[in-house]
This record gives sequence, structure tokens and C-alpha cells, in this order.
Amino acid sequence: MRITFPHLGNLWIPVKAFLSSLGHDVITPPPTTKRTLSIGARHTPDGACLPLKVTMGNFIEAAELGADAILMVGGIGPCRLGYYCELQRRALARAGCSAQLIVVEPPRSGLLEFANVVRTIRRRATLGQILEASRLAWAKFGAVDALDQAANAARWREARPGSVDACMRRGLALIDTAETCDAVRGFVEQTLHDVEGCVEAKPRPAVRVGVVGEIYIVMEPAVNMDVCKRLGRLGAQVVQPLTFSHWIESHVVCDIARWIPKPDVLSWSRPYLRHFVGGHGVESVGHSVEMARSGLHGVVHLAPMTCMPEIVAQSVLPCVSLAEGIPVMSLAVDEHTADVGFDTRLEAFFDLLSARVCEEGGSSSCPGSCPVST
Amino acid sequence: MSLVVGVPRALLFHEYGPLMLELLRQCGARAVLSPVTNKQILQAGLEVCVDEACLPVKVFFGHVAYLAEHVDALFVPRFVSVERGAYICPKLMGLPDMVRARAPGVPRLVDPCIDMSRGLGKMARSMVELGPALGVSSSRLAIALARSLKAASATAKTRLGGEQTAVTYGGVRIGVLGHEYNLNDPYISLDLVGKIRRLGATPVTAGSYSHQETVRWERQRIRRGAKRLFWTYGRRLLGAAYRWLDTGEVDGIVHLASFGCGPESFISEIIQYEAGEQNSLPLLCVNIDEHSAEAGLSTRLEAFIDTVAMRKCEYANHLPTPGQPVDTR
Repeated sequence: MRITFPHLGNLWIPVKAFLSSLGHDVITPPPTTKRTLSIGARHTPDGACLPLKVTMGNFIEAAELGADAILMVGGIGPCRLGYYCELQRRALARAGCSAQLIVVEPPRSGLLEFANVVRTIRRRATLGQILEASRLAWAKFGAVDALDQAANAARWREARPGSVDACMRRGLALIDTAETCDAVRGFVEQTLHDVEGCVEAKPRPAVRVGVVGEIYIVMEPAVNMDVCKRLGRLGAQVVQPLTFSHWIESHVVCDIARWIPKPDVLSWSRPYLRHFVGGHGVESVGHSVEMARSGLHGVVHLAPMTCMPEIVAQSVLPCVSLAEGIPVMSLAVDEHTADVGFDTRLEAFFDLLSARVCEEGGSSSCPGSCPVST
Repeated sequence: MSLVVGVPRALLFHEYGPLMLELLRQCGARAVLSPVTNKQILQAGLEVCVDEACLPVKVFFGHVAYLAEHVDALFVPRFVSVERGAYICPKLMGLPDMVRARAPGVPRLVDPCIDMSRGLGKMARSMVELGPALGVSSSRLAIALARSLKAASATAKTRLGGEQTAVTYGGVRIGVLGHEYNLNDPYISLDLVGKIRRLGATPVTAGSYSHQETVRWERQRIRRGAKRLFWTYGRRLLGAAYRWLDTGEVDGIVHLASFGCGPESFISEIIQYEAGEQNSLPLLCVNIDEHSAEAGLSTRLEAFIDTVAMRKCEYANHLPTPGQPVDTR
């Protein structure tokens, strides 16, 4: 069985590590490109949200490389993600692709099916091997999160444009090759050290921008037009609270072990959004509130076009912006997105934010003009 | 002086209208209902609602804007779930918050949280909060709730019985799929059901079946390997569609979906796939938004009903049938 899975940012590194430690022949789908998007859009309904289209494209591209089993997550609503698998199964059949879709549903929607899926993925691995594979995957999850956060915080201070991203690429390649948790930790330290070497002190105060929204769009640089990189190059220190570790903690660990308290975003969002609305709607609002209170200067809110939870968040965010005094810009993403449009909006937003930062910090520390990317 | 509570005639009012009005009456409040959707109401809604929301939500905002000046409070329940293991729609789950954030000058909202997915105990606890909001004691609220539930179920029974007898005569029968809040609002749906009737065909809506029936039909499919849907009204649409595809009770299906509706974008795809697989029924999918032009819909509908009628004649004469189901997206 040659197994594959959808892309989501750097998710492929830990997932690949996990599946290969269990003895699977893993096929990583080719990186998401325009071709992926157009293939995906051809096989999915036009009213569906972007993650469905992109993951569909990933599956077909991986099947072209010879994958015959696809690992996908399920769900129990109300977000459309939970029903992706049904549409994808039909779309794969219609596209003449024989790959089998293995859907990992949450255990509470059916223990028997969950056990079946676990048995398929487990193959002949012993419990010890599974634990070892999970430990390695968990270490790699932590590692890619740590690198992402370090890069987001450092990019605005880099001495040579692109040097931080070069360090990142090297670091991620090393982490991909690591076979033990210690090696992973070593590579992370080394890469963080390299990143520190790329930065220089800047004379002006940092413009700190938060990125919130639907998790797939926030974490997949190929579909969000590399928004973190773009903001970093403009000169913003980027804060991105949605990470793999955060997702696993709040959706998997807390789901199984109910006694572990969930990160309480709902209490932050309560004045504006009082109820869970599926997806990451509450997270978008809650994190924006928390960011305003912790002194960030602006928030960029990303959502796939027609995403139901994010439409609720988008409706509420202007209210958050006024009440908490933080500028918020909502951007909807679909397969037709042009990066120039994105650039213009981000530049304008960043210029407004840096003008505000200058006013707050007194005009003496303000540079003559704001940095503009070319 | 009794409390004047505004009830927007939109969204789930079309499902639970009698229950809502009866409950408010039993609690001693004076319910004010907004008029049937018209152009002014839609315009008012478009001004305050986010662009990306679907048409029925925009219309809801219009009704809220209409009522805002005339009432002391607005009745905007937060519908999360009305059955175990299924939700309504994320937008309806956040509706009171959206109204609070977007509609200027909106009066106090009475927003009980309707969430049956967590069992009756939790549900009862959230209903208790409704008492102070309407200015009645818990015991009076409980009595009012019991009485209005009873009255509403009686109305629902007569409604279902009435519609089923109406669909027994011959001619072309068109199955109409769509959310009740779209089909029952002639302004949103451009009077789709009436148009079908005027073209000489008999419309059968998914809403004319009881919830139990549609769930049973959907469950029959699940046994054949499909995943259970987790949107209550989506299940109703899908159940009815499966039924029609399996039995051929109708001669064609019209699906009226609002642009940007999450559940419908998926359901529509599944129905299209199933109709294509079984090669059974012609299917017309209509997407509506605030730019709807009536002539466009009339033309499509006329052409579709003509096709269906011709196909039916061919079947009757044992002639070869057209191969592909008609899909005029």
C-alpha cells in the first residue's frame, strides 16, 4: 500500500515520519501549485470552499505518482470539512482514480470504524513501535511549529532579504531526515541559532501583526499567497497563534482526555461571539481580542470564500476592531486569487499600522518613509 | 403594558413560526411580525450584512432593520441543533452575535440557545434564561413552552396532511428541493413553487414530508456506505432526493440553492452525482442571490418542464430515452 495524505503547510514532515516509522511506503504529494489548484477545482463543485479543492488536487497529483491509499480526516460538523471525504470519494471515482480513501473519523462518531482505521494504518506495528512513531511525529510537529514561529518573529529584522527563509528551508530539510527525537531537537537548535545569525537590530519599533482565520488558509503558504512572508518582508513581526501543536492539543488531546482544560478562546471572544460556530470562527474572534489586549498593532483575518464559520467571524470582527482599538483586515481567498491584489492590500494595511506605531512611539523614532516592497 | 417583541419573518421562522408566536403569546408578550419580504426589506438587509453571507441571512437582517424601530426586544433564537448528532448551520449558530455586531440601533435581543445535541437537561437550562428576558417566572415559562409545543405540533400535523392530499393528481410532477426559508418566501425564491404550478406541473416540496420519513430514506442510503450528513435540513433535502431518485415518484427535480450556502453546495453536488450515476431523473439546479432576475428563472423553468414532459411522453411510448440527465447550471 503506497499511502499519501493532503498537504497543510509543513504537516508533511511529521506525518511522513509517523507513517514511515510504521513501515508504510509514503508518497508525499508534490507541493501545492497553480496546477494543483486547477486540477482540484475541476473535480469539485464551484460553491465548495478552497481547502476541498486544494486537497482534491493533492490527491490526484499524488495518485499520478503512484499512491493507492489516501489518508484524510473526517469530522462531525458543523463545518463542511467533515463531509469532504464523501465528495472526494465520488470525485476520485469520477476522475478515474482507483486510490482508496481512508477517513480518520473522531472516535466518538463510531468506535468500531475508528478501530478499523487504526488497524489499517497500524499494519503489523507493535504498540511500542506506535508509541515510538508518535513520539517522533510529536517532536517533529513541535519542531516545525518552533521554526515557523521563529521565522515569523525574525523575518522583519533580517539583514539580507530571504536569508531567514533560506535557513528555514535548510532546517526543515534536516528535520525531515532526522530519525530520532534527539536529532530533531539538535536540528531545531541549530536552525534557531542560524536564524539568530541572519538578523540585525532595526532602529524602529516593531509593527506587530497577528494572522488569524481558518486554519487551512492560515497555515498553507501556497494558498494564502505567503502572507506571513509578505508581511515579514514589509517589516512586520508576525504572530500566528494557530499551530499544529495547538490544533492537536485542542482537537485531539482534549477530545480524548476530557480532564485537560482546553485553551479558553471562548472566554476572550464572549463579549462579541458567545457560542461555538464550528471551524475556527471562535478562534478568529478570540485570538483577535487577545491580540488587541496583548498590544499587537493589527490583525489580518484570512478565510476561504463562503466559509460559514468565518463569515460569522468576519461579521463580528469590525465590532472587535472598534471596541478593542485594533485594526482588522479580512481577506477572502479562493482559487482565483492574484498575488498583486494581496500585495497592495497588505502594503496599504501595513503603512497604516506603521503610521500608528510612529504616532504612539513619538515622531523622533519614526523613519522618513515606510518600507515598501518592490 | 406588555412587552413588544419583534419576530423577523425570515430563516427558521418558516420552520418554527407557529411555535415562536404561540410561545411569546403564552408568556404575555405582544409579538410583532415583520411583513412578507419586499424590496425595501432586502435593500435594508444588504446595507448592513456582510457581502459574503447567503441571501436568506441578508433578508433576515432586512427584517431586523424593519422591526428595530417598532419594538422593545427582538426574538432571535440561536439555533444550534434540533436533533442529536446534527447541527443547523454555523451562520445560524452565530446569528444573534452577527445581528448585535452589524445592525445599528438594534433593540435588546431575546436569544435563547436551542441546542438539543447535548440532551434535554442542558436544553432546559438554557431555556430557563428565557424567563427573565421575557419577564416571566420559570414555572409560567414551562407551562407556556409545553402549551406552545403542543399547539405547534398540532399545526404541523394538519399542514403535512393537507399537502400530501394535494399532490395526487396526474401530469408532470416536479420535486422541489430547497430550504423552507427560501421556498416559503416568494420574494427570495421568485415564487418558484407558484411558477411551476402555473406552468401546469405539480410541485412536490421536500418540506411536505415529515422529518422522520426523510431521515429514514437517508438512513437507507447510509447502509449502502454513505456518510451520515450532520446538517438537519440538509438531511431532509438529501433524504427526499434519494427517495425521488430511487422510486421515480417525480419526473424531475429542481434544486433551489442560495449562493454561498455551505450545506447546499455539497448536497447539490451529491444529488448531481447520484442522478448521473443512476441516470434516472432530470435535474435543474438554480442558484439565487440578491441579483436574481425573474425572467432568467422563468426561461430555465419553462425549458426544464418542457424537457421533463417530453421525456415522460417518450417513456410512455417506450421510445429510447435521452441519455444524460439535464443539468443546466
